Amino acid sequence: MAIPSLPRPHMRGPEPVESAKVSDVPAARKRSFAFFHEIGGETGDRVFKFLMLLCGLAVLATLGLIVYQLVLRSGISWHAFGFKFFAGHDWDPVNEQFGALPFIYGTLVSSFLALLIAVPLAIGVAVFTTEMCPPRLRGPLSFFVELLAAIPSVVYGLWAIFVLVPILSNYVEPFLSRTLGWTGLFTGAPYGISMLAAGIILAIMIIPIISSITREVLMVVPQHQREAALALGATRWEMIRVGVLRNARAGIMGGIILGLGRALGETMAVTMVIGNRPEIAKSLFAPGYTMASVLANEFSEATGDVYLSALIEIGLALFLVTIVVNALARLLVWTVTRGQPARAHA
Amino acid sequence: MPETAKSAGQTVLPISLRRRITDHVMTGVAVLTVIMVLVPLFAIFAYLVYRGVGSINWAFLTQTPKPVGESGGGMANAIVGSGLILALASILGVPVGVGAGIYLAEFGRNRFGDVIRFTADVLNGVPSIVIGIVAYSIVVLSQKHFSALAGGVALAIMMIPTITRTTEEMLLLVPQALREAAYGLGIPRWRTTLSITLRTATSGVITGIMLAFARVAGETAPLLFTAFGNQFWNLRTDQPTAALPLQIFNYAISPYDEWHRQAWAGALVLIVLIVTAVAAVRFAVRRGGFGAA
Repeated sequence: MAIPSLPRPHMRGPEPVESAKVSDVPAARKRSFAFFHEIGGETGDRVFKFLMLLCGLAVLATLGLIVYQLVLRSGISWHAFGFKFFAGHDWDPVNEQFGALPFIYGTLVSSFLALLIAVPLAIGVAVFTTEMCPPRLRGPLSFFVELLAAIPSVVYGLWAIFVLVPILSNYVEPFLSRTLGWTGLFTGAPYGISMLAAGIILAIMIIPIISSITREVLMVVPQHQREAALALGATRWEMIRVGVLRNARAGIMGGIILGLGRALGETMAVTMVIGNRPEIAKSLFAPGYTMASVLANEFSEATGDVYLSALIEIGLALFLVTIVVNALARLLVWTVTRGQPARAHA
Repeated sequence: MPETAKSAGQTVLPISLRRRITDHVMTGVAVLTVIMVLVPLFAIFAYLVYRGVGSINWAFLTQTPKPVGESGGGMANAIVGSGLILALASILGVPVGVGAGIYLAEFGRNRFGDVIRFTADVLNGVPSIVIGIVAYSIVVLSQKHFSALAGGVALAIMMIPTITRTTEEMLLLVPQALREAAYGLGIPRWRTTLSITLRTATSGVITGIMLAFARVAGETAPLLFTAFGNQFWNLRTDQPTAALPLQIFNYAISPYDEWHRQAWAGALVLIVLIVTAVAAVRFAVRRGGFGAA
């Protein structure tokens, strides 16, 4: 920016005569900034920059504080169990034996299950909205998909308990166990409350993230890529596959990983349908437990320092995993959109 | 593609049946995915309205919860409590978020700015439950009890990165010439930023704030062990406070039909508030013209 080199005539003069006249333009605002105004331009600039810098530093400090608090307060558990904490599968608060493996397993399985369901759907929606759909429909369609992102997690959970879970236990799970029961993934009593339910509700929740990032990435693919493919005689699908999707691979991958990050940390909806039992079962019909869910259920009731510390260590592990996953995703999306910020979805 | 070679002499290359079928099938698949995504959306809204409208009544909006077994009662204290927590979060989060956004847009076109930018993006992805733990460690442990303030701090931490990034984006959309015109008139830089740049981008910045607000309004996880919940009225910032999402959660996992009914009513109220906020902002921004990214 070439701003600092521009002449600012009043800057060194102590009397703000000229600037007073000039600033009559936004007269309505004058009084609200009277404090700064009296200080004069140069000092005002310095104070202003300093204040804004403080806000920027607050962002850094927040992340630092999160790390510091998590590390500090998980210390007891770290000293007591070491690396065994992440390999043990006993979770026994009464005897103060803590192993986080069932939670790690539950978090990973439910998240990957969600990705398995969400990725094809989200990419399909993104491709449809950017490449196939009539321009008239484009706006409403992306609005509806983004509306999915505006629904609070707890409402998803509520819907999952009273609608999704009954559907699963009455129709989907019996069907799956009849047809695919031999795989061992779909066996056991179809209660509905299960890893499968958690995976499905997570998938519904991360679709808007993956699809909105994918849409953005597809839109920055240069138009001439499409035109070139079509000029060579490609059908529309061939154009999309060769000219668009192949160019957008890195960015789509970024969107998927961002979705994964969200799925890993998602708490409420999962807690409400996963069954909350710290066991590792092969069947997706069995209840499970995730890292975020155990925090939600047990944190405020944790008695004893070791128990609380063990829970915070789970929080720390969850934090580290999501940080790595998100950083990776952001880097991928950044390389594609060339540093333009990936729009924060809300 | 062997077909192209075969018919190279023709001016218009015929497209083989296989390729045409693939094209149609893939279009069909894309349409199918859209339907499969929209079905749960409409199912959720339809069921929410169906269960919620039947359960909302005047008592729900004006009374505090009744003990188990007694019918009636409502979530008035939770609605007000949510308002209190969100107000605290906004007071703490909005100035910092907007300030950091201004810093990034006006002074942060460098390495250090990139570090903050990246930190904000990463912070945006930290699980909300982890932020709850941190707010618990900082506020609850020092106050020795759960409080609305702790909930507000947790939600503020979640608002900051979103507001920072959207504010920056919106300020960067303001034409450079506008800033230069202001400097040319001799207006100091801070004054230009506040009265010209920020003012021009107001609608966009407010959109960002509202999106952050809508996002945290439905958050439950960070409130579980910060605001904690309360069956009674509370307006003090240092006391446990009920919040709408918390109450929905507690009622949803309870075994009582009456409470399930109220959970649906609460969910409808919550979602109407959020969707209204988002839609109103979208509408306002589209009308205002500037700032729509």
